[in-house]
Amino acid sequence: MDYGLGNVQAIQNVYRRLGIPAVLASTPAALMDCSKLVLPGVGAFDWAMTRLAESGLRDALDEMVTGRGTPVLGICVGMQMLARLSDEGVLEGLGWIPGEVRRLDSREDAVPMALPHMGWNDVSPSSDSALLSGLDGGARFYFLHSYYFDCETQAHALAQTDYHGAFASVVGAGNVCGVQFHPEKSHDWGVRLLRNFAEAV
Amino acid sequence: MLRPRIIPCLLVRNNGLVKTERFSKGKYVGDPINAVRIFNEKEVDEIAVLDIDASAQGREPDYSLIERLAAECRMPLCYGGGVRTVQQFERIVGLGVEKVAISSAAAETPQLITSAAEMVGSQSVVVVLDAKKTRGGYTVWTRNGTMPTHLEVAEAAARAQAMGAGEIVVNSIDQDGVMRGYDLELVGQVRRATTLPMTALGGAGSLNDIGCLFETFGIMGAAAGSLFVFKGIYKAVLINYPSRTERDDLYQRAYSRA
Repeated sequence: MDYGLGNVQAIQNVYRRLGIPAVLASTPAALMDCSKLVLPGVGAFDWAMTRLAESGLRDALDEMVTGRGTPVLGICVGMQMLARLSDEGVLEGLGWIPGEVRRLDSREDAVPMALPHMGWNDVSPSSDSALLSGLDGGARFYFLHSYYFDCETQAHALAQTDYHGAFASVVGAGNVCGVQFHPEKSHDWGVRLLRNFAEAV
Repeated sequence: MLRPRIIPCLLVRNNGLVKTERFSKGKYVGDPINAVRIFNEKEVDEIAVLDIDASAQGREPDYSLIERLAAECRMPLCYGGGVRTVQQFERIVGLGVEKVAISSAAAETPQLITSAAEMVGSQSVVVVLDAKKTRGGYTVWTRNGTMPTHLEVAEAAARAQAMGAGEIVVNSIDQDGVMRGYDLELVGQVRRATTLPMTALGGAGSLNDIGCLFETFGIMGAAAGSLFVFKGIYKAVLINYPSRTERDDLYQRAYSRA
């Protein structure tokens, strides 16, 4: 989804190298032609939600994800947008995975910590999922965020990462999934995850 | 576990990559896109590209170059140079750049830090402090090291955090390109003034210099220019980066810090 936010070009480049057809969809018609969607995101929560609203893609996105059941992968803020709301902003999220977005240092028993959580960290799958297939042995991904997805249902947390305590770094429910890190900027581990999304999910 | 970051820092001038010494000279070392491709193969942790003339010449960032860099990078990219407005932040982040660095503008109009963080999020706002040693401590300089400010480096770091920055890069003008090690006293002053993630730049001449930095300060970023573009005493241009094993050893030195 090309709604003026996030590294769509880098994601498309990964798919091009893999030989998996990928288009940058910036119109509802182009979006409706796709069999899977990647919802990228960089920036503050409200800014991202505003850009999505202004893009004219929101209705088509809703129809595909909730109507047709098209698989969607949210990345970074794109993942946080899957929640109902975020402590970072006042706008409503998409609400496709039950939960809210909170600051990492607002977790129970949180110690003082440097925020944002910035750099390469481990991602440990908590259950078998097609998205994380082949990534259970020491996979590392690049993180850059201060907020995290607080899942209402633990089963929706597909993987965990430790930064002064564990948080859900991959979430999934039905056809909707999201990753807090940047797979498009995480070398071969990220390529594997994007390939899994295209081929296996 | 979160790892420390080892970051090649590339300087751009007239569409080419250069490497400076104490912020002057500027030896041509190659093409930026080509360098990024090589660093992709080496699986670097992160990369920083700074346009060193943009602010000094008062011109706009080169958006077409930034767009090509962002698309090429298979690792996170930090861009700096010539950024003075929130609109520029928005545009550059929109091109797919993870982090945008400001130095001159942060010193001159610190409110920009706050308004940029509100728009693109704190995590994408990096403040670079170009510091020069004075008799009493360290002062921040702007416009590619040509203009002194009255700001002490620790004070500038604390202010950047209070205004909403997401990372501090402290760059030693005195050590730039000299390859004799980081100025640990300077890094320490900034480390004590802020709880933000931070990155040291200026002076790394060997992997051991990076190890010493990690040993002293734990998890942080270690950026270097010369170390990753030159080889040998004659400074032949050869892009290089530590292997995974070498990096794991360096990470251990960060974890070993008591």
